[in-house]
Amino acid sequence: MKRTFEAGWFFIIPVIVCVSFTAILPLMTVVNYSIQDIISPERRVFVGTEWFRSIIMDQELRAAFVRQLLFSTATLCIEVPLGIGVALCMPRRGAFSSAALVLLAMPLLIPWNVVGTIWQLYSRPDIGLLGHALSLIGFDFEYARNPLHAWVAVLLMDIWHWTPLIALLCYTGLQSIPEQYYLAAEIDGAGKFDIFRYIQLPKLRSVLSIAVLLRFMDSFVIYTEPFVLTGGGPGNSTTFLSQYLSQLALGQFDVGPAAAFSIIYFLIILLISFILYNWMRTLSAAT
Amino acid sequence: MAKIELKLAHTYSTAANPSPDDYALVQLDLTFEQGGAYALLGPSGCGKSTMLNIISGLLRPSQGRVLFDGRDVTLLKPSERNIAQVFQFPVVYDTMTVGQNLAFPLRTRRIEQRKIDARVSLIAEILGLSSDLNLIAANLPADMKQKISLGRGLVRDDVAAVLLDEPLTVIDPLLKWQLRQKLKEVHRELNVTLVYVTHDQVEAMSFADKVIVMSHGKILQVGTPEELFEDPHHTFVGTFVGSPGMNFVEVQVRGGELFKGDNPIGTAPDLVKRETSSALKLGVRPEHVAIAADQTGVEAKLKRIQSLGGYYLLTVDLYGQEVFVRTDRPDHLPEPGAPLRIDVLGPYTRFFKNDIKLPFGGHL
Repeated sequence: MKRTFEAGWFFIIPVIVCVSFTAILPLMTVVNYSIQDIISPERRVFVGTEWFRSIIMDQELRAAFVRQLLFSTATLCIEVPLGIGVALCMPRRGAFSSAALVLLAMPLLIPWNVVGTIWQLYSRPDIGLLGHALSLIGFDFEYARNPLHAWVAVLLMDIWHWTPLIALLCYTGLQSIPEQYYLAAEIDGAGKFDIFRYIQLPKLRSVLSIAVLLRFMDSFVIYTEPFVLTGGGPGNSTTFLSQYLSQLALGQFDVGPAAAFSIIYFLIILLISFILYNWMRTLSAAT
Repeated sequence: MAKIELKLAHTYSTAANPSPDDYALVQLDLTFEQGGAYALLGPSGCGKSTMLNIISGLLRPSQGRVLFDGRDVTLLKPSERNIAQVFQFPVVYDTMTVGQNLAFPLRTRRIEQRKIDARVSLIAEILGLSSDLNLIAANLPADMKQKISLGRGLVRDDVAAVLLDEPLTVIDPLLKWQLRQKLKEVHRELNVTLVYVTHDQVEAMSFADKVIVMSHGKILQVGTPEELFEDPHHTFVGTFVGSPGMNFVEVQVRGGELFKGDNPIGTAPDLVKRETSSALKLGVRPEHVAIAADQTGVEAKLKRIQSLGGYYLLTVDLYGQEVFVRTDRPDHLPEPGAPLRIDVLGPYTRFFKNDIKLPFGGHL
């Protein structure tokens, strides 16, 4: 009995070492910074919850948090239905379906800062295709000056970038529905909406909950693309949480508050994902 | 309720002049009488599912017509034909309850709620689903789901026929038997035409009044299970029905005697006395080969004795060809390897020329 116990440690120790270096130590470092004021490598003061209190009272951070919630909600509300719609419109078989898949997957393969650059150029009123075309029809698209336009640009970019992911997930979900379901529905006299409501949507349930969670987590930590596109402006109008956090930590070198906020940030994502997941589960159990 | 007539052929080829090999269904003329229980029997790829999909309207025949009670429905969609179809894998609407599933085909047809309720409870009772009407369909076992699929077909009182495409494939053997009984019960109570596609002869024979045997897109024989067994019209029917299938021995007629090669096997019956064809086969089922007394029949060699529970299957070497013999009495048999006299000429012996049965059977 005792020997087996000892042998078991040989298998577990590498895992513990790996996890310590990749997860536990970095996390502890953050916790360390969040409860101490580190003035120099030799001098540090224990400050307790002071950083946490100051970060919670930070008005700019609160504003960034509200913007972040708005942004994530908007992307989910637009991208999920749109992704389902695109998946439904895609050809189910044939050479054209492969072509459609490749085209659809393109935005997902582009590096994120390139996505930002593409949309930055695309939206420019002087040389950008979109911006210039809009100004030709008499609409000045000033994403660098008008907060509303900046939001539209950031949202459009995110929709362009990530709707394909949802569409691809839904497409595979739809492909896995056996032909017989459609035949049976046809014989039962079901219309297109009935087929969507009673066959396709139920079969997409598990795929959709994965898609929603992925999209929520990704959109809630979005950094690179809006940073490249608008730089968080005009003013702070498109400064989201990640960008604010890096300003805090790297720009102003407020390491303590930044660490405290990192912990809160992480917990918020965990909490909202948990709520979303359970909400979707009860939703699918209820129907 | 309807009589269904098929006068058609079908090819999946889009060529202007498809070759005869391209036809999934060769020109056929077939009638399903109202209230009959039919089985379409044949190996995979013989065209039975094609025929089913043509009846239901999921597929349009490339030529010919489909008539329901004399009305041409060839161009009508499945939902306009009053056909119900049960597929190999059960199809249920996951998010609905059993009751909602059963009611669905009526709801899409905007039938009033009172009628729907009455009809659903009637069908649920026949299928034994009455106590499960409020369960969510998604989590039920396969046999229950298949009953629901069947119920969705039966719930419409105007249904012309219920088509079943190998509906018991995914069901446990024991439940298979129960479901088949349930199907027969439903058939009796509702007087609905049932067309059942299967490649399993036991399923076909135990379910149907009339079995349609198909091979390579052709109908080889339509008959009762007894007719198929006792009087197959084609060597394929002889082989496919029965287990093991019919024994076929290539024979020649010379001077009124039957020979296998140079070995005489008996007097030729009148039917084939003057037959000179080299493509002549004698067919006899293992059940109908008699173990002969001394001096009668022909001498063969016993190769194997297999016990199959209630009966025994002998493998006998008849002049170089294996012949199966079924017997219930293993006593008096010699050891394997020893000679055994058998009689292949009896009241159920049939003759086939180019695989097609010669007229008037081999009644001696």
